[in-house]
Amino acid sequence: MEPVLSVRDLRVHFVLDEGLVRAVDGVSFDVAPGQVVGIVGESGCGKSVTMRAILQIVEPPGRVVGGRMLFRGDGAEAVDLARLDPRGAAMRAIRGAEIALIPQEPMAAFSPVHTVGDQVVEALRLHQRKWRPTGPALSSADARQMTVELFRDVGISMPGERVDAYAWQLSGGLRQRAMIAMALSCRPRLLIADEPTTAIDVTTQAQVLNLLRELQRRRGTAIVFITHDLGVIAQMAHHVVVMYLGRVVEQGPVDDIFHAPKHPYTRALLRSIPSLLATPQSPLPTIAGSIPHPLGRPPGCAFHPRCPEVIAGVCDRQAPALKVVEREQSAACFLYHRDEAEP
Amino acid sequence: MTRFVLKRLLLLPLLLLVFSVTVFAIMQAPPGDFLTTYVATLASSGSSITAEQVAALRHEYGLDQPIWVQYLKWMQNLLTGHLGLSLEYQRPNAELIGERLALTLVLALLAFVFTWVVAIPAGIYSATHPRSALDYVFTVLNYIGVATPNFMLALVLMWGAFAYLGVSITGLFSSEFVEAPWSGARVLDLLAHIWLPAVVLGVAGTARLTRIMRANLLDELHKPYVTTARAKGLSEWRLVLRYPARLALNPLVSTIGWYLPLLFSGSLIVATVMNLPNIGPLLLRALINQDMYLAGAILLIYCFLTVLGTLISDILLAWLDPRIRVDGA
Amino acid sequence: MPDLHAAPVAPTAEERVSVASNWTLVWWRFRKHRLAVASALVLLGLYAVVLCPDFFSTQDPEATDARLAFIPVQRVRLFDGWSPRPWVPGIIGKRNPITLRMEWRLDETRKVPVHLFASGYPYRLLGLVPLRVHLLGAAPGAGAGVHLLGTDRLGRDQWSRLAHGTQTSMTIGLTAVTLSVVFGVLLGGISGYVGGLPDLIIQRVIELLQSLPTIPIWLALTAALPRDWSPLRVFFAITVILSLVGWTTLGREVRGRFLSLREEDYVLAAELAGASRGRIIVRHMVPNFLSHIIATSTLAIPAMIINETALSFLGLGIRPPAISWGVLLQEAQNIQTLALAPWLLVPGLVVIVSVLAFNLVGDGLRDAADPYGN
Repeated sequence: MEPVLSVRDLRVHFVLDEGLVRAVDGVSFDVAPGQVVGIVGESGCGKSVTMRAILQIVEPPGRVVGGRMLFRGDGAEAVDLARLDPRGAAMRAIRGAEIALIPQEPMAAFSPVHTVGDQVVEALRLHQRKWRPTGPALSSADARQMTVELFRDVGISMPGERVDAYAWQLSGGLRQRAMIAMALSCRPRLLIADEPTTAIDVTTQAQVLNLLRELQRRRGTAIVFITHDLGVIAQMAHHVVVMYLGRVVEQGPVDDIFHAPKHPYTRALLRSIPSLLATPQSPLPTIAGSIPHPLGRPPGCAFHPRCPEVIAGVCDRQAPALKVVEREQSAACFLYHRDEAEP
Repeated sequence: MTRFVLKRLLLLPLLLLVFSVTVFAIMQAPPGDFLTTYVATLASSGSSITAEQVAALRHEYGLDQPIWVQYLKWMQNLLTGHLGLSLEYQRPNAELIGERLALTLVLALLAFVFTWVVAIPAGIYSATHPRSALDYVFTVLNYIGVATPNFMLALVLMWGAFAYLGVSITGLFSSEFVEAPWSGARVLDLLAHIWLPAVVLGVAGTARLTRIMRANLLDELHKPYVTTARAKGLSEWRLVLRYPARLALNPLVSTIGWYLPLLFSGSLIVATVMNLPNIGPLLLRALINQDMYLAGAILLIYCFLTVLGTLISDILLAWLDPRIRVDGA
Repeated sequence: MPDLHAAPVAPTAEERVSVASNWTLVWWRFRKHRLAVASALVLLGLYAVVLCPDFFSTQDPEATDARLAFIPVQRVRLFDGWSPRPWVPGIIGKRNPITLRMEWRLDETRKVPVHLFASGYPYRLLGLVPLRVHLLGAAPGAGAGVHLLGTDRLGRDQWSRLAHGTQTSMTIGLTAVTLSVVFGVLLGGISGYVGGLPDLIIQRVIELLQSLPTIPIWLALTAALPRDWSPLRVFFAITVILSLVGWTTLGREVRGRFLSLREEDYVLAAELAGASRGRIIVRHMVPNFLSHIIATSTLAIPAMIINETALSFLGLGIRPPAISWGVLLQEAQNIQTLALAPWLLVPGLVVIVSVLAFNLVGDGLRDAADPYGN
């Protein structure tokens, strides 16, 4: 099946006074219909910028400088999002309607001076021609009724009262449910979830994840799931993309990534998950060193200064390309294609 | 919300009480009481006054009584609308103040409207187009606007109009309307004159408010809710106006608390320079002539207007910001 | 592909920053604001005039000569032909037969030579050293005065009066703010550090003072000053009146800082180490907001200057014969006079320039004082 979204060689640069930051530096991945793709990486690896690039809402001084982002709506021809004017009507018709966003902090992501219902109604009325090509304009009373239904759908109790509440009057879990209702309101084909559970407590986290999984199964929406939490990825994703300093270092089906990680970075990430089976009192494994400053990107493979399996004279000279290593799994590491390295 | 407003309203009489004591104290500050001045004024104009007459006056104004009785008497007169008789004009103070007070309010409110109508769009434009040519122009104008005392601006405009256009831009009415009773034509004449002093009065505040609006909006533009709204597919203008501009407005509303009082009392200087029939010049003359009862009444009016300005700002803020409105209810 | 963006340069700069003292950091950041630095130079120039206005004057500022009323601005020409000999054009007066007023005209053919460090009227430098030397003046034997900014209706030299007005107005701004800072830091500090009842009282007083209509109240207070007071007493009274409201803003700010600093770990550490309360305030807390106080006070000076100018302009502030910018601008109140002698507005220009300079320096300082700024 044709992918809903295929990102090819995406590059997003930030021109700062101090220099050029290549926040996303040649990222490629596909999202199949109905599939959940998890993007993992430490903070600053470019996963959030990737998500903004897909929606074309990268803020200055950042700019998408290269690559393609082919998006296929329902039965429509593929559009290259990178070629659309970020402020143009075509891009705006896709944003919110075809590709929706579930942001990180539901508290800050809702306007504090508008009721949550108002903000959902706004989305419904804005994109009404997408799911209702003809007929009279949607009345605010009807839009409100639909919002109540949406709220009920995402498991908000007393939805009739909750639509008139302000975000700061709701609990963290309810806020995120309202956010999910808003994102789903126009029945998008692709949902981008940007760390949707980081800001809420653990018990609610599980409920929100269950809700998302269930909605995803029921509606068949494809999801790009961005997180630094590998546990969440294991629960949610079918396919995993691991990023480090603006590049994809490894990608593959979730089982392969978790059971047979190829890139030393992925392995290190997996090792640093606290485990119940570990010897009590033993130190938690961490990744040596720290993420380099975005302006001081190491030459060659960006991970080489922290890599336990670094090949001297190779990894610090050339950047490895992302190559298939095993069936559907690919990695960008000279351990697997040493022959690619120039002498 | 109602409780919040009620609380403010209940505070009002208390504040006015404190103010009235303060003003009364200031009125008592000059050496001698106002009768001394009065007698001196009469003497200088040739008419003499007998000792019995002075004593009678002294008794009438309660000047022979302890200070707190004098204060109570003054307050009683004020509250019943007896603002006393102006020594200089020999007319009831209430009559003198009446129309001038209305014009003071109109002038300040017009200046206020001018400020907001100019400052908000300018601030929004500057914040959404930072470092653009127009943003720099606004910034330069703002610095100059803040640095120019309003009487200086009035002087320059009056001088320019007189020296190069041969027009006098003082006063609020054309000569034929100065003493005329109110009519539609007089209102039109007023509007034709009042806009310039209103602009002069509002320039410095406009400059400050533009800067505040710009800074507030710049802060708001990078908040997550803007990203959410953008991801929803809203057009950039609608987005800015509906969300961040709306939120940036809240701190701006709280500026009303100091801006409106500033306009009321700032109009004093502009009115004096431009010779406007305002309570400002009246206060100035009363102070210079030591006509302390008139001065006291006007000072109290200024105090009242100041508190009123703060009150309006508080109520507006509560009404605009659900975080205050809902919590206070 | 080797990436050339390796970072051997950055750490050295970072190291330099990490060992620099707070004041050095403030200075580095301030230096970056070119406009602020330029404005600071303007202010330095103005304060040089404050220190010794007589040196910068060309005439005795009090000397009146009704025959020399409304002499226009005599602009200095630096070159006579091609030789660098500064001169000003002479003036020719003719009495208007109808208005009976002297009307002056500049005569470019009569050159009055101007000398640097010329000898003029006697004065005492800083009130001590008797001197006759002035920065500028007509060459000896020129037979005519030099009026760089013209004269007023009494024939007084406006340039010299402006120099003396600068002394008064700039000093008032500085003293009033200094007083405000003293009150503000003291009362705000007590309010924030002690808390309790003193805090409550001080807060209510601040609220009350801030809800007074400033300009009318100032006017009433200055009007109540006895007429027979000496200019110096009036000067100090006005300073006190201006700072009466001025301290409240600073008081609030200092209180807020104290409240937040009190919670800081290093204050707790100092307390646990047995440092006295005074020592904690002086050694640990004050240095933390000193730069902010300086920035805020710099931004408060222009308001004081504008207020003093406005009060004096209305005739209720500094009173003649004392000279301030507001007193000078009183001469410009009459529009007919102004049309005749527009140079009487120049003091207003100086007010704008100085206020602008203070605002720019203050903004620069405020940005530089923010340790979390860029």
